[in-house]
Amino acid sequence: MAVAYPFSAIVAQDEMKTALLIAAVDQDVGGVLVFGDRGTGKSTAIRALAALMPKVPMVAGCPYNRDPAEKAENCPHCSQHPQDDSKIRKAAMPVVDLPLGATEDRVIGTLDLEKALRQGEKAFEPGLLARAHRGFLYIDEVNLLEDHIVDALLDVAASGENVVEREGLSVRHPARFVLVGSGNPEEGELRPQLLDRFGMSVDVRTPTDLKTRISIVQLRDEFERDREAFVKKWQRKDGAVRRKVEAARSRIDDVDVPDDVLEHAAKLCMHLGTDGLRGELTLIRASRALTSLEGRDAVSLVELKRVAPSVLRHRLRRDPLDESGSGARIERALDEVFA
Amino acid sequence: MSSDGEARWNDAVQAACLLAVDPMGLGGVALKARPGPVRDAWLEELRALLAEETPFRKIPQTVSEARLLGGLDLAATLKAGSPVSQTGLLSECDGGYAMLAMAERCERSTAAHLCQALDRGEIRVEREGLSAQAPAHVAIIALDESADDDEHLDAALSERLAFHLDLHTVGIRDLIADAYSVDTVNRARHSATDVHCDVDALSRLVSAAAVFGVDSPRASLFAVAAARAAAALEGRVQVEEADLEIATRLVIAPRATRIPMLEDEEQEAAPPPPEEQPEQEPEQDSDIQQQGEGMQDRLIEAAEAALPAGLLAQLAQGGVSRRSQRSGKSGQMRKAKSRGRPMGTIAGDPRSGSRLSPVATLRAAAPWQPLRQRDQPGDHPGMLIRRDDFRVVRFRERSESTTVFVVDASGSSALNRLAEAKGAVELLLADCYIRRDQVAMVAFRGDDAELLLPPTRSLVRAKRNLQALPGGGGTPLTSAIETAAALADQLKRRGSTPAVVFLTDGRGNIARDGSRGRDAAAEDLESAAAMFREAGVSGMVIDTSPRPGPSAETLAYSLDLTYLPLPHADAGQLRDAVRAAAP
Repeated sequence: MAVAYPFSAIVAQDEMKTALLIAAVDQDVGGVLVFGDRGTGKSTAIRALAALMPKVPMVAGCPYNRDPAEKAENCPHCSQHPQDDSKIRKAAMPVVDLPLGATEDRVIGTLDLEKALRQGEKAFEPGLLARAHRGFLYIDEVNLLEDHIVDALLDVAASGENVVEREGLSVRHPARFVLVGSGNPEEGELRPQLLDRFGMSVDVRTPTDLKTRISIVQLRDEFERDREAFVKKWQRKDGAVRRKVEAARSRIDDVDVPDDVLEHAAKLCMHLGTDGLRGELTLIRASRALTSLEGRDAVSLVELKRVAPSVLRHRLRRDPLDESGSGARIERALDEVFA
Repeated sequence: MSSDGEARWNDAVQAACLLAVDPMGLGGVALKARPGPVRDAWLEELRALLAEETPFRKIPQTVSEARLLGGLDLAATLKAGSPVSQTGLLSECDGGYAMLAMAERCERSTAAHLCQALDRGEIRVEREGLSAQAPAHVAIIALDESADDDEHLDAALSERLAFHLDLHTVGIRDLIADAYSVDTVNRARHSATDVHCDVDALSRLVSAAAVFGVDSPRASLFAVAAARAAAALEGRVQVEEADLEIATRLVIAPRATRIPMLEDEEQEAAPPPPEEQPEQEPEQDSDIQQQGEGMQDRLIEAAEAALPAGLLAQLAQGGVSRRSQRSGKSGQMRKAKSRGRPMGTIAGDPRSGSRLSPVATLRAAAPWQPLRQRDQPGDHPGMLIRRDDFRVVRFRERSESTTVFVVDASGSSALNRLAEAKGAVELLLADCYIRRDQVAMVAFRGDDAELLLPPTRSLVRAKRNLQALPGGGGTPLTSAIETAAALADQLKRRGSTPAVVFLTDGRGNIARDGSRGRDAAAEDLESAAAMFREAGVSGMVIDTSPRPGPSAETLAYSLDLTYLPLPHADAGQLRDAVRAAAP
């Protein structure tokens, strides 16, 4: 695998970085969609995140990334190999790349070619969805993804389980993952059903400030010239971010959500007329994860305000009479609700 | 031909030398030229600078995903009895150059794969039961043969190529330029990474990009790489003024989206720093900028000379669009069962009218052979293929258009021109039939609009419905616009391109809630029109009032459609008018 650019060396783009870290702290927040101009470091940031993933316990030898706390009978591997249960390894949460052009059978899993040809044995080879279980599934150019792959993804993302039925192969395994997508909105819209699967969405823009631009180019140039040395130089800072995420994960259950935060979240959603409860729930979850990241023990309106744009941006209905973007509308609503 | 051609050719040759020095850092070239001796000469210049064994492959525009990325080698797999993968074109080009033929017509997915190879220096394959990654450090030469403004090289791809060359104006007589010798290039190739580019030089390139309205940091990075390569070619260990000029001229100027105003833009491009940047050394402060300002002007002058010829005119006319030229076209391509360009295969039943893809089917069936042979005792010559294996080819075709007729059948309209309008629609229907377009019809009278005919190709049905259309009652224009907008939106989602033709006198008198009165109706009309405008549908308003008046014209304006008074003549004239205006 090519050496990835370090996360902590990404200049500016704070909203995107925060959203990604929130998703790493609490997977239940749902996925992150990063939409924006070309060359703004969308995929760089997401690939960099892979190096920061916190370690989680997994049953050694299980290709479905089973959590030892999960029941063994739900896992196609562990139900057959009970002896593996005792061995537990700590592994970083996976970040699995779904490359454009991946075929459906590789995504959901298929017959194990090697075994079928060599031994004439019918065995299931887990696909990308199994590999992404308990981690992140990253789709670059998400708006260009083929429709039939999107269908397969939507189905699995909704049920948290991947069911494969094909000529005698009958396998089901848990597949819960955080969907992370990036793309350029000019190249095509996202299907509303898929858009709905993302907990947060971030718009990234090229920084207009000259100094920021210079430091972006400077750092990137340094990286291109000697990748290993550059990564080494930033190792400590990246390590600090990783520890921050790990600490946030361990204390998130103790973070308190006071009533007035709940009330404001509800008011905000009502004010903006977002459909359903999902917006409110994600709003609370995301602000709790952010609070935990910052090392505090109670959510305040400050965190709520900070996550609101990312959480609500893609949930607004299009208003033909309002020319301003959804970001501006959220800002306005925030001002009015928090006044 | 001209000195302009000569200058361009000089630049092009220089770009070839720089690319030969640092192909991976520069990504490649978007080469806009017709096929012919000039283009061949350029490719020859580049080829001559490379070592014999450097891969230099052509990627046909119709390349399949499997060939581009690699996949299962069917013949070898069956023979060996174990999966054998096949290298794709991109990894065959590793360490060298890939030439994309007719790049302006290449599939979006092909471009996306090239982009990923450029970004990551490797390709990942997840297909046909194989999961692999292969190194693919390539430079791409995108041969762009587009002649008119309709076709463009994919924006995401061209952004990842350092040089954008246009050889259209270069004639054979211009082909005189001094290239660097092969030895110089070879030496420069090794020394380029050690060339020092200090913060000052770097920030000047970045601010030059800002001044020209080039936003993406990639362009600045390419400029830095180009300056380094230029310095290395001259045997320098430090980037100097001349190298910066070359980099600005070759990398930044062709991407310019605006013309710099020398003095004031400098300030505008450097707004106050917003928040502190912890990672950034404080040394590159404003004094450097000031100090560089005088020299900056020279960089800009150098670049202005290289601005594309049409750009100045375009900018004068209201600016070059910063948006991708492709925007707005999404949804106009759609998948079809049997026509258009093939775009890969998918599991499916060939009986439903799709075309079977034999190779993909065999490939899908291959791994199962030992299992099936065992399950089905007896002698089976050849392969055992089951229904699950069938792969069908998917096609992409230019989307069909659907013309939505919105016919005013209210009393005011009916008395006058309904018969004429009907005649016109009938003629248009025949036209649509020839073009295999779909038609839909919305009629409005009385209290609201109704979808008289859902999108169809059936001419007979359309005619019958039209003839049976009675006239009389109020003019619920608001409801008609809303119905049309909803239908157009629905059609777009299905991948069709809608065009809406209103036949009305534009005098709405029924409000949304069904109540009568022109004032309430006008208010509702405004909001409905805004909604319609937002949808961005093309079409026209045909005025059917006895004397063409301002109401229909105002309606056309608020809907952002073409206005056309129905001439007091035959329906044939109307048909011609619609045909001329239809997309």
